[in-house]
Amino acid sequence: MSAAPAAPPAASASIPVPGGPIFELKSLASRIVTLCWVEVCKVRHDRSELYTRAIQPALWLLIYGETFTRIHAIPTPHGIPYLAYLAPGIIGQSALFVAIFYGIQIIWERDAGVLTKLMVTPTPRSALITGKAFAAGLRSVIQAAVVVVLAAILGVSLTDNPLKLIATAFIVVLGSAFFSCLSMTIAGLALRRDRLMGIGQAITMPLFFSSSALYPVKVMPGWLQVLTKFNPLSYEVDALRGLLIGTPADMTLDVIVLVCVTVAGIGAAAALLPRLAKG
Amino acid sequence: MTVLAPDGGTAAPPGPMAAVSCEQITYTFGTHTAVDHVDLRIEPGETFGLLGPNGAGKTTTIRMLVTLLKPVDGRITVFGVNTATQPMLVRRMIGYVPQLLSADGTLTGWENVQLFARLFDVPRKQRAGRVDGALAAMGLTDAAHRRAATYSGGMIRRLELAQALVNAPRLLVLDEPTVGLDPIARTDVWDYITKLRDEFGMTVLMTTHYMDEADAYCDQLALMHLGHIRATGTPADLKAALGEHVTLDEVFRHYTGGTLDESGEKGGIRNVRRTRSTARRLG
Ligand SMILES: Nc1ncnc2c1ncn2[C@@H]1O[C@H](COP(=O)(O)OP(=O)(O)O)[C@@H](O)[C@H]1O
Ligand SMILES: [Mg+2]
Repeated sequence: MSAAPAAPPAASASIPVPGGPIFELKSLASRIVTLCWVEVCKVRHDRSELYTRAIQPALWLLIYGETFTRIHAIPTPHGIPYLAYLAPGIIGQSALFVAIFYGIQIIWERDAGVLTKLMVTPTPRSALITGKAFAAGLRSVIQAAVVVVLAAILGVSLTDNPLKLIATAFIVVLGSAFFSCLSMTIAGLALRRDRLMGIGQAITMPLFFSSSALYPVKVMPGWLQVLTKFNPLSYEVDALRGLLIGTPADMTLDVIVLVCVTVAGIGAAAALLPRLAKG
Repeated sequence: MTVLAPDGGTAAPPGPMAAVSCEQITYTFGTHTAVDHVDLRIEPGETFGLLGPNGAGKTTTIRMLVTLLKPVDGRITVFGVNTATQPMLVRRMIGYVPQLLSADGTLTGWENVQLFARLFDVPRKQRAGRVDGALAAMGLTDAAHRRAATYSGGMIRRLELAQALVNAPRLLVLDEPTVGLDPIARTDVWDYITKLRDEFGMTVLMTTHYMDEADAYCDQLALMHLGHIRATGTPADLKAALGEHVTLDEVFRHYTGGTLDESGEKGGIRNVRRTRSTARRLG
């Protein structure tokens, strides 16, 4: 194998020849911004999804939440009204639903030939996945904002501290980034849209019910309490509750767990990306 | 265009650096060898046509060249840069239009081009100008803010050319740029490609299975069949070698023993299906 050229020609005079860790970080940041920008364009062009996706959380809060508040079936810590206890859980749930089907978009992009073209831009696979994960996070934040507004209309008093709201958005982005990577990983294994739909549907409800989104861990049977510890959604909801309604939360642990699983998810999805592009 | 840097590769032949140099490249799908020890050399500024029937291995060759596939054997350099060791650098020099239509229909034409300007790190200050310029060069200014899903097949091809162009690539790689288009849209797309080549002096590598297009637009040709290159030369030389009043179709038949319309492989069905799905997407 011959040595690399001494002076590799730049693609064009205006584009810097890449290199170095600072360039890589700047490039990663720029890819995340770009793919989030694309997501915003898509949401702007088609707002119907925003509304249809608001229906489910609205039903959960309105029917399930109101009913269970009335029958006092679920003991909440510190006697917090059940609706307030439920709201962060439903935010986590609606973000989960957005993210877990995000892999469908990447399969659609594969079928439309868009993915192939993204893969010949100077964007490493991991940067492509990270950008998409953040784009999914952004979409989830928009969806979460809808739920916050809904909750406010129902008279739930969530925090109005702007710093805590920003931290809430950060947690939602992180949680959705993980679940979208899970979805893109499954996409890389399933390769087909219908199969991904099936798997997605099969795992969302178990993820939802085995988390602390609807009820405190304490009221769960022992075996479920164990499962809950392995469910990233529990950590997301724990953090959201701490921020939005001030329940005691182990923020450090929550953030560490979410960051770790997200990094692992990016790695797995990026590794499977060539398989997806080929299939 | 840019002054060419001296060739740093040791295995490249003497003389000025080639735009593309493939040495003994090979690719296999399972046990099927799609590209079999192929050598190619494309000079800067040239329009090079890779010709062959469906299933010849043209797309596989192109996909190796644009760093989508890693050759199982052999070596490719683009303007002296090795695709295996410096893929990111190679990608910055290439504008690629794949065989299947590939614009994002949920975005507008302008957004489609803007996306590629950003992904190729076109500096923020130049971005708007480059995007508008690329769209204007492809005659899409009026349609720029409509969603690409509303475009005709010919317009989507032009949009893809605008996407490939926004990066000011040194090498434009077009895989069957006119397949599935009606004759009027075909001529239209070729007018734009010719304009690009003349204005920017780009090196163009294209594949086609239309002999008339190869004859009219290419400086150099390579005839590919069943993963092998059977002949190379200018269209005139290839024809002259076989006598007077010979058509390129006859040249092809001479070297491959078949016509362009028969493939004689099981891959043929898959390719027909692909072409059909392209046609369907064209609407
Ligand atoms: N993804 C794939 N999996 C298996 N075989 C493939 C795949 N893509 C192409 N082939 C086979 O490789 C050969 C070359 O295909 P291709 O490069 O697409 O030819 P062309 O572009 O000249 O029509 C064909 O026999 C085709 O069936
Ligand atoms: Mg092909």
